[in-house]
Amino acid sequence: MTTQDVRERVDAFPTRRIGGHRVRAGRPFPYGAHPVPGGINFSVYSDRATAMRLVLFERGARHPMAELEFPPEFRIGSVYAMTVFDLDAENLEYGFRADGPFDPGAGDRFDAGKVLSDPYARLISGRDVWGREPDWDDVYPYRAKVLDDDFDWGDDTPLGIPTEDLVIYETHVRGFTRHPSSGVSAPGTYAGLREKIPHLKDLGVNCVELLPVFEFDELDNPRTDPATGGRLHNYWGYNTVSFFAPKAGYAATGRFGMQADEFKTLVRDLHRAGIEVMLDVVFNHTAEGNEQGPTISFRGLDNATYYMLTPQGEYYNFSGTGNTVNCNHPVVRDFVLSCLRYWVSEYHIDGFRFDLAAILDRAPDGTPLPNPPLLEQLAHDPILRHTKLIAEAWDAAGLYQVGAFPNYGRWSEWNGKYRDTVRRFVKGEPGLVGELATRMAGSPDLYRGRTASASVNFVTAHDGFTLHDLVSYNDKHNEANGEDNRDGANDNHSWNCGEEGPSGSAHVRDLRTRQMKNMLGILLTSQGVPMLLAGDEVGRTQLGNNNGYCQDNALSWFDWGLVEANAELLAFTRALIAFRHAHPVLRSADHPTGSDRVGSGYPDIGWHGVRAWDPDWSAHSRVLAWMRCGRHAKGGTVRDDHVYVAVNAHWESHDLELPGLPEGQAWHLFADTGLGAPHGPGPLGAEPELHHPGRYHLGPHTLVILVGRDRRTG
Amino acid sequence: MSFDGILSVSEGIATIEIKGELDASTAPRFHDLIDQAAEQGAVRLEIDARHLDFLASAGLRSLVFARQKMGDEVRIAVIGATEPVSRTIRLAGFDHSIELIDA
Repeated sequence: MTTQDVRERVDAFPTRRIGGHRVRAGRPFPYGAHPVPGGINFSVYSDRATAMRLVLFERGARHPMAELEFPPEFRIGSVYAMTVFDLDAENLEYGFRADGPFDPGAGDRFDAGKVLSDPYARLISGRDVWGREPDWDDVYPYRAKVLDDDFDWGDDTPLGIPTEDLVIYETHVRGFTRHPSSGVSAPGTYAGLREKIPHLKDLGVNCVELLPVFEFDELDNPRTDPATGGRLHNYWGYNTVSFFAPKAGYAATGRFGMQADEFKTLVRDLHRAGIEVMLDVVFNHTAEGNEQGPTISFRGLDNATYYMLTPQGEYYNFSGTGNTVNCNHPVVRDFVLSCLRYWVSEYHIDGFRFDLAAILDRAPDGTPLPNPPLLEQLAHDPILRHTKLIAEAWDAAGLYQVGAFPNYGRWSEWNGKYRDTVRRFVKGEPGLVGELATRMAGSPDLYRGRTASASVNFVTAHDGFTLHDLVSYNDKHNEANGEDNRDGANDNHSWNCGEEGPSGSAHVRDLRTRQMKNMLGILLTSQGVPMLLAGDEVGRTQLGNNNGYCQDNALSWFDWGLVEANAELLAFTRALIAFRHAHPVLRSADHPTGSDRVGSGYPDIGWHGVRAWDPDWSAHSRVLAWMRCGRHAKGGTVRDDHVYVAVNAHWESHDLELPGLPEGQAWHLFADTGLGAPHGPGPLGAEPELHHPGRYHLGPHTLVILVGRDRRTG
Repeated sequence: MSFDGILSVSEGIATIEIKGELDASTAPRFHDLIDQAAEQGAVRLEIDARHLDFLASAGLRSLVFARQKMGDEVRIAVIGATEPVSRTIRLAGFDHSIELIDA
């Protein structure tokens, strides 16, 4: 007998018939639907149901073909498990019907009239093609299906890029290639994104962070665009329907149910290009909303387990969307961990960014916990041992935990203070020199002892203005969202450079370009992990809309015509990223201390102002410079050039006295944001030596990056 | 599901002509033909897909099965697939170890 012959199991045959189908008691693990010899095993948890039925549909059929009640002997604990034989998995859709009390005060909202989706469904049909009008009378709109989970990953292995070496690029899957200018064969899809990998590789980012790809309903938005009357969508997808299923409408092959394959192919090819994949995950709430929302799955299976409820049985709303997932309940913990393990092991995902993560450390009654079981378990999980974890460390109910998120030495955070400090300083607000210094040193005030890579530095993200709009608008303009411009953040710390919106003035446009470059320059030379918003490298605009969550149109789609129109900005961004990759001194994991720990004669970080070694921390100062000593790179283990960055947020030029360099070395000019084409940055490694070795004339609203190294001989 | 497959081997080149639909119920028959082609020591496999109407998830996997069965040195070509079929193969990412050739 060879390894190819598998002995037939003695428990692979039916023992009885239910609902016209041959069945036997199933196996409780894994939850969900999985092919087993001869049949499919179905398993579902419900603590308080009084009866449970498996509901089977032929693909696309209006009504079920069979309903199979789980008999008592098919139940272990609170888990109902049944193996059903002779099913055509390819043409099957399945769900559950749970009967139980409707007693909201006690937390129960059972409804035997509903067909419920499987929380562990790995494939969902019902929104196979983005935006297509469904049958609104469908008794079961988001249908669970059985997945072919085998896939040829080839030699795909984890890239294992150290967190401190990441340059993250945040993008929306559909928005990235949906614009007609993208030129891809399947716009707005995983396959489309795959065709643009050369752009990402060329730009130099080594990690893409995707806005939610778990199945959601893009049609879940009652509003219309007041100007056009057109439907508004749930475009960003922060409203999960199914946590184990990739969104079908993001797949060109979604209509054939091949979204899992298409997505895995995308991950495989990104890895081949040296790019890690991070998913934005939304465990803080579900698409079921509050008691007025639809019953899709969790509410009908076990409302009291999955949701945080008040003693009166009402929905706590720490997410601002209607419900809050009960993350620290043992069963829900298990769900979240299973989900994360699934995406890491089956889809080879490298990391997760947790939306409104402060909710993850709330107890079932909403109390913030110092040692939340979910986060503790997550930090020590064997499969997730090397997975990158990033928290948006606040929620919608005032729990702000930037710098205080329970981290177990594993987590990074979106550093909202970095964003605000850099925006305010660059726009010219006085009195921020001290805070800017702290931020670009990796925010040791927040993350001392946790390494500088705990800080994800960003100036822009999907929430808020794009980089271009940050320098083009003083105020948000979200009228197109249909809420009279009431939605979206008001504290944008933006400055329009003299005119609101599109400008014909060369002076204004020039200043805007410079300001964008200034912010990119600070971001990409700061200690911590830089994150860029897709399109910022080409000046993408949303015409001042700072809350594009519902705009599935050219307003938020990446316009690839900008690649040529703003080629200079793209080249500048590309050069900055290459600079960061080339200089390990900018990518140390640990915070600089300001002392000389290797005997180089220089502190690992030194601060300067108009005069070398004499920074001006006063309230009216708008000039700051810093020098990173190359001998201190990576804790002194690697030798690098010295890097000097100076930013002048003043409206007047300043002559800067540069710190002296060792004998035989000189300052070389890498980039000056005040110099336009053809004086672009670099060339990397061959930057020109300064004309005047000891000083630099820095223009208004300008940033300069110098490299200190041996002068060229001859 | 209707499916038909005809194998012919000549001078080391195996040709499998497939007609109809390649899905979970018909894929095993296709696999049998690939097994036979491998047993006969073919050095090149050509899949004549001009009359392939539909390729389901199982059908995509058959292409990977063919690669794994025939070995890395054997060239595999899918010839004459209709535009929807070849597009599906490309978009789902199952074309990386086979050649897609127009008729």
